[in-house]
Amino acid sequence: MGPLVPDIISGEFNYIIALILGIGFGYALEQAGFASTKKLVGLFYGNDFTVLRVFFTAGITAAVGVIVLNHLGLLNVNIIFINPTYLWAALIGGTIMGAGFIIGGFCPGTSACAAATGRLDGWSFIIGSIIGIFAFTEGYPFFKDLYYADYQGELLINEMMGLSRESFGLLMVFIGILAFVATQKIEDIVNKRKNKWSSASIRKFTLISSIPVLIILIVMITPNKMEVMNQRIDTKIAAGECKPLLIDGDKLAYELMNNYYLYNVIDVRSKVEFDKFHIPTAINIPLDELFTIENQQLYLQNIKTNIFYADTDIHAKKACMISRYLGNSDNYALNISAAQFEENFFKPETKTIPKSKSEDIIYNFRLDAGKKLLEIQEAVLKMNKPLIKKEKRVAGGCS
Amino acid sequence: MSGKAKKYMNPYLAGFFLGCVLLTTIYITGRGLGASGAFKSVVIKGVETLAPMHAQNTAFYSEYSKAHPEGPMKSWLVFEVLGVIIGAFLSAVAANRVSLKLEKGHGVSNTTRIIAALIGGALFGFGSQLGRGCTSGSALSGMAVMSYGGIITMAAIFGAAYALAYFFRKLWIKKGE
Repeated sequence: MGPLVPDIISGEFNYIIALILGIGFGYALEQAGFASTKKLVGLFYGNDFTVLRVFFTAGITAAVGVIVLNHLGLLNVNIIFINPTYLWAALIGGTIMGAGFIIGGFCPGTSACAAATGRLDGWSFIIGSIIGIFAFTEGYPFFKDLYYADYQGELLINEMMGLSRESFGLLMVFIGILAFVATQKIEDIVNKRKNKWSSASIRKFTLISSIPVLIILIVMITPNKMEVMNQRIDTKIAAGECKPLLIDGDKLAYELMNNYYLYNVIDVRSKVEFDKFHIPTAINIPLDELFTIENQQLYLQNIKTNIFYADTDIHAKKACMISRYLGNSDNYALNISAAQFEENFFKPETKTIPKSKSEDIIYNFRLDAGKKLLEIQEAVLKMNKPLIKKEKRVAGGCS
Repeated sequence: MSGKAKKYMNPYLAGFFLGCVLLTTIYITGRGLGASGAFKSVVIKGVETLAPMHAQNTAFYSEYSKAHPEGPMKSWLVFEVLGVIIGAFLSAVAANRVSLKLEKGHGVSNTTRIIAALIGGALFGFGSQLGRGCTSGSALSGMAVMSYGGIITMAAIFGAAYALAYFFRKLWIKKGE
């Protein structure tokens, strides 16, 4: 699951990737004509809207791609870099950049392209940029307040508008199409060209622009990986086909007393319930959070046997099925609820007085087990705790 | 260089290609593309080399070096921009577009163009630091991940450029055009 850095690709190799991706970036910019200042500035005088076409097509392509990868469960959008919003710095910085654009005729990326292809104005722009950045770093104490003013967090525009990522993607595509058509018209007028739109080219334009719309619609209609899995598990449970291996409360207690290190006991109730009572040595992963990557790492392992329990055996079975579905074969569900387990082992006062010999054996066993389990719990707590891996947002942007 | 330069790629196709590069970047690294950050690394490296005492005593540089223990040049964006330069050069060689020249509007002197590019660069460089990213890092990459901050920066850049276009028209277009 993406992003591949830092877990799959790490360290120094990331710099090689940067170089390769940079080559692709530079190649695309030069091919689009972005190494030419006249092509860039044409945008602002209405005679050449190439920049808008390239820019919007690229933005839409990547945004639709992110939507698809997210839908397929291949990219974790919660940890990709989102430019933080510092309102005033963004607005004033953007305005100054706009002035730089119209006066200098480049932006940093395109000036690098221009310089690489031998344009002297590109070199001049780069030297200017370095002076400008130096002015900022030297005058930093003076600009610091503005730089940090009105911090609003890592906001997503679709969430601010109350839209899903997919709906905003559709909106972006429609705005793009409108802009492409309108700017073509403006360009024709400014350059005094006759409008030569044949029906063939209109058909082609419509066909191509319907592709991203269709892709987003398909994403919106089809359920994602998690929904499919939940649905399949639910139908199996409803059809009575779901038969995870069950473990009895007494058996579990016995196993924990003797071989606790062989078992990975997982409480799938909420954190509040877990904190109130949990089976000794258990860890807590609420049922809804079983899917997250860092939690999967806690139970998709082949060293210990997973034992799931919950407030009802149905939830325990469901957790068990999820784990099996995701690829772990060694799972058990506890056949009694957490509350029942607590009553059996930790509340001697509520236990009924044994009537027969076998009941007496069980009674004594549970009494012992309750004490022993608490001792084991304490001993386990004293050992090194597993390192809990937190997912961290990727650092990025231009800093 | 002899022969005629090839035509530019269809803008929509180039945009699609650029979008794919950006998407690959997001998928592999979780971050977007950028440019101005590499220039900043050059500035910081320059200050650290030429005026080490000043760099040590100034809060901005010492904070930066604390946050980047491997030094300013060992950054993702420095390598990426090196790639940009290589990629752009290869593309221009393939299309026969490499030439030592100065592009400018009609009737603009060389000196004016060089000075304008210098001033424009200075403004852009300064603005990119204040706004935390330029057209690549904020606007384009921000659009792909639907970042609000990125999109308002983009609106400000293009909005300001359009608003000021009239005042700088002599730099770019002929009279009466």
